[in-house]
Amino acid sequence: MRVRVRYSKLGKVRFISHRDGARLWERALRRVAVPVAFTEGFTPRPRLSFGLALPTGAESTAEYIDIELVEGTTIDGADADRCLLTELSAALPIGMDVQVIAPLESDAGTRRKSLQDEVTSTTWELWGPGVEGSDFEAIADRLLAADELPLERERKGRRHVDDVRPLIHDLRPDETGTRLVADIATVGRGVRPAELASLAFAGTARADIRVLRTQQWIEQDGERREVLSLPVTVNALARGLSA
Amino acid sequence: MDRPDDSLWAQLEPLLARVQKPARYIGCEDGMGSPDHRPDKVAWLLAYPDTYEIGLPNQGLQILYEILNERPDAVAERTYAPWLDLDEQLRAAGLPLFSIDTHRPAGDFDILAFNLAAELVYTNVVNMIDLAGAPLHSADRTDDDMFVVVGGHCAFNPEPLADFIDVAVLGEGEEVVGEITAVLHRWKGAGGHDRQAVLRELASVPGVYVPALYDVTYAEPTPGFTQGPIAAVTPNRADVPATVHKRTVADLGDWPYPKRPLAPLTEVVHDRLSVEVFRGCTRGCRFCQAGMITRPVRERPADQVRTMVADGLRQTGYNEVSLTSLSTADFSDIEPSVLGVLEDQQAAAPTGPDGMSLGCGTTINLPSLRVDAFTVGLAGQVASGRRSGLTFAPEAGTWRLRTVINKLIVEEDLYGAVESAFSQGWTRLKLYFLIGLPTETDDDVLGIAELAKNCVKIGRRHTTRASVTVSVGGFVPKAHTPFQWFGQNTREELQRKVQLLRSATRRAGNVNVKWHDPAATTAEGVVSRGDRRLGAVIERVWRDGGTFQEWGEQFDLDRWTAALDAEGLSLDWFVFRHRRADEVLPWAHLSAGLHHDFLWDDWQAALAESGIEDCRWTPCYDCGVCTGYGIEHVVASPVPPAGGSQGTGQDLSNGAAVPLHLTFTPVDAPSRRATDMAGAT
Repeated sequence: MRVRVRYSKLGKVRFISHRDGARLWERALRRVAVPVAFTEGFTPRPRLSFGLALPTGAESTAEYIDIELVEGTTIDGADADRCLLTELSAALPIGMDVQVIAPLESDAGTRRKSLQDEVTSTTWELWGPGVEGSDFEAIADRLLAADELPLERERKGRRHVDDVRPLIHDLRPDETGTRLVADIATVGRGVRPAELASLAFAGTARADIRVLRTQQWIEQDGERREVLSLPVTVNALARGLSA
Repeated sequence: MDRPDDSLWAQLEPLLARVQKPARYIGCEDGMGSPDHRPDKVAWLLAYPDTYEIGLPNQGLQILYEILNERPDAVAERTYAPWLDLDEQLRAAGLPLFSIDTHRPAGDFDILAFNLAAELVYTNVVNMIDLAGAPLHSADRTDDDMFVVVGGHCAFNPEPLADFIDVAVLGEGEEVVGEITAVLHRWKGAGGHDRQAVLRELASVPGVYVPALYDVTYAEPTPGFTQGPIAAVTPNRADVPATVHKRTVADLGDWPYPKRPLAPLTEVVHDRLSVEVFRGCTRGCRFCQAGMITRPVRERPADQVRTMVADGLRQTGYNEVSLTSLSTADFSDIEPSVLGVLEDQQAAAPTGPDGMSLGCGTTINLPSLRVDAFTVGLAGQVASGRRSGLTFAPEAGTWRLRTVINKLIVEEDLYGAVESAFSQGWTRLKLYFLIGLPTETDDDVLGIAELAKNCVKIGRRHTTRASVTVSVGGFVPKAHTPFQWFGQNTREELQRKVQLLRSATRRAGNVNVKWHDPAATTAEGVVSRGDRRLGAVIERVWRDGGTFQEWGEQFDLDRWTAALDAEGLSLDWFVFRHRRADEVLPWAHLSAGLHHDFLWDDWQAALAESGIEDCRWTPCYDCGVCTGYGIEHVVASPVPPAGGSQGTGQDLSNGAAVPLHLTFTPVDAPSRRATDMAGAT
């Protein structure tokens, strides 16, 4: 059976790379004795699949990992909450907390899409010392009103100009007016939050802009839903940032 | 409690977004303490003067970190050398060196204590002192400044750093850090005035050396040079010991540390659990400083090893453990011990062999393999998964030279080990050798190529993929070893020998030669046996931007030679010159317990190509350590291990009646040949 886990990456641990995060998960799962299945072959690896990579330095309250458990494992809801949520959070560094664990239904006969393929868009918050006092409303209006937003990128050593306007679904200030909220597409080449920041806050060093991923969305039949929604509204930022 | 106000985190965070590998600087590891700072406590900032990836796994630092934090009168945090990018950012922002546990400024600590594992990090030590905001020279520090302390293997000759440090600690730190803490705790309690008085008090703690309390005078220049050796090292106060002796923990079983091993959040050089199974080594390899200064052998009780492995794996979630020592196969009853460790892991696995829980697929890593078939068999039993590479260190290419260095491996041992390795599925072997050893001839260098080719031949019988990598390092004579009198090979000579080896293996398929940069070997040689006159040289190299000298891309020998020239000092004199028996060596007032006569006689035995046995299983030859310090080997088994090639009845005296003698002429042309050293009696 497979379980899907939603977790956070907040505070100091935002500086850990995606790859390092994978190693941390392996150690944490071993410490909690989660019966993770292994791949076949000469060098068996645990069957873990990580979602969209989070850039080093970015924070998130919506990271995902799928874990394949050894055959015959069952987890009831209470057990999952008590053991896995608490114990895994304790085994992970401060700032990485497991928020939701849900079993994945096995689709008989069909191979499941990977997390990366399922997610169609993500929501981000952008703020930071470099953009304090910016008029986020005006920035959002400007970018959304544009017919096209050309962005120069390098691919295979060659310069390309891509129009990323279609990839920006929405831009708005948050409730406090101190952060820019962005819904952006992840399908195809997608647009990275740092690229969005360069369009929204031209001239500001990327290092001075903080980014936080708050949601990952799956679009199906015209409806979008979160990969796993949080059961209650938790102020996830309260933990970890004081680390 | 942790007072957030003391943390620089808010100022550091924007800088970390601008540097490579920011995870180096965040702390947050499993096993990190929650340092409880109080004004009356003695606050230690334990520093490793190289990057986090190299320094984090260091066991000495982890052990002291934990021992200090267990004390009510001490608190300890850690710091590692910030890489060039962060160094630049910190200096531009006016921010100091900081601890990675709670990101406190270094200036909040009473002690900045460095672990010295290599000589080329000395410029980083100077840089970190400067970045910490302390006056660079110990002479300029006042009551308000931190104490700069060094320990670790290189602290056995701390003289090149004498200008910059307040204290050097000789030997093992477990006990002495507490004694230093107690002295400084009393001093702080009494107001913390009169730094000179407390330094004198520290000098009365056994193992503690305060360089400022000793005066060094120099003799007339050596013929052919503008500088001479040391005339005398004299305490400048009556209550200071004439000789400082090392500290040694009598029983490793009393110190089951680290109890809470640090598991890093980012990849480090040894990314696995380490459990030290014994300390000290009396194999007697004459080039090996570690083996000379850590005597006697003290084994950890086998059941404690099992407990530490089980606890450590459970706490960290690692599935790989290294059983560390200078030669782990020499641990008494090593085979039942490692099999016991594996049994524990299988018993602890609740999910069976196909799950990923604790204990499943645990790999035991045996570093510093002895070169024999038994050892390889053992390695085969404990290594799970892919068998990619295995490393042996024959160190020298011929039996003759191995008797000189007392690394008494016969060729049959090596070929047996190699046969065993290839037959068990390994396909790549790495062989470590030193070049530039005393009495070395071109035949010895070519012997390396012969050995490697023969190993490939053996491998080919098992797999067409068999390959052997020969890794050669230039020999740097070290303090407190029988080779401390030997004049190191010049850079050109080492380069010539590397080329000789490369030509000899050029047509041998599947033999690859790798070598350490002879220029870096030369710089290491400057500092290794240097004296206080080198302080100004180290400072110049640092001011010229020469940090991270262990890193090839940062190293430049020209910086060192220019600094030596500017100080009117001779590279040849420090590095390439043979020393006489009566020369006052810079560390003559510092003792690892080894008698001068023992070291000199062993040096002469080396030149006579005469080996000596391992004293842990044979009668004492009185090197001085056990007798002088009233300690003994702690070895569970009274007999040598099965298959061990030394101490198993080999005829070790070859009866060389006419010992070779070194000629004490100044160093000459680049192509100085080792044969020059075999002069008449």
